[in-house]
Amino acid sequence: MKLLRRVFPHPHLTILLTIVWVLLANAPSLNSVVFGLILGIVIPFITQPYWPDRPILRNWPMVVEYILVVLWDIVVANFTVARIILFKRDADRQPNWVCIPLELRSPEAITVLAGTITMTPGTVSCDLSAQGHNLLVHCLDAPDPDAVRDEIKHRYERRLKEIFE
Amino acid sequence: MTEFWEIVIAFFLIISGIFGFVGSFGMIKLKDPMSRLHAPTKATTLGVGGVLIASILHSLALEHRLSLHELLITLFLFLTAPVTALFIAKWHIHRHETPESLPDAGEDGKWATHAVPPEEDAPDQTAT
Repeated sequence: MKLLRRVFPHPHLTILLTIVWVLLANAPSLNSVVFGLILGIVIPFITQPYWPDRPILRNWPMVVEYILVVLWDIVVANFTVARIILFKRDADRQPNWVCIPLELRSPEAITVLAGTITMTPGTVSCDLSAQGHNLLVHCLDAPDPDAVRDEIKHRYERRLKEIFE
Repeated sequence: MTEFWEIVIAFFLIISGIFGFVGSFGMIKLKDPMSRLHAPTKATTLGVGGVLIASILHSLALEHRLSLHELLITLFLFLTAPVTALFIAKWHIHRHETPESLPDAGEDGKWATHAVPPEEDAPDQTAT
């Protein structure tokens, strides 16, 4: 078991690298799978000193649910933001800073949350507080900053907490 | 059947064109730099997403082979776009915002961009 951990320090990374290599080759042949597997074993082994801990994903169904929720939100938010840009006068828009107190503590989870917020049109994550306990988010049009904060906490942070912690 | 797929593919191409246009238009219309930052996130999500879905459908329905490396483009965009957006936002906070103009950072007191030790800040001021 210990030997297995030495050889595969990050089994998820091994699988991910293999899939990425097969997708890059764009032709699922035995050739590309084998070479992808070699890369997937060698790269995590070499980069091991830079990743002392591996993030543990606890809830796989939740990962799928999270991805679907985010994709759906991106589509909906795209239409909302398109309406704001095309039809709302610039003077009526209320850009706002929102401070989101974080319950998440693992760096990977906070990174995913910040990335999600940026990729959802209408909100951009801008900064963390000095000790990483709050996230600063800029909203394109937020008459009610508290509602934005509650939605992000409820929709994304709650799910990430179940995935990572 | 081919015609049906061509219409579906064209639909996704038009969707992506519209959102790419709205994203670029937003860069002109929105006045402050922070709001302008929102416009490119639209172009990279539905704008690029529409082209990629159209590309997958095209190879699947018309060329009869499975091509999925479009998914990789999505993956790399989702990895890189937030980082560039964060860098631009940090630059903006650094140059144009003060701790007073931002909302309160809770128990930590300051946002990370402003919480720089003074000795690291000093050579920057002499340089400019």
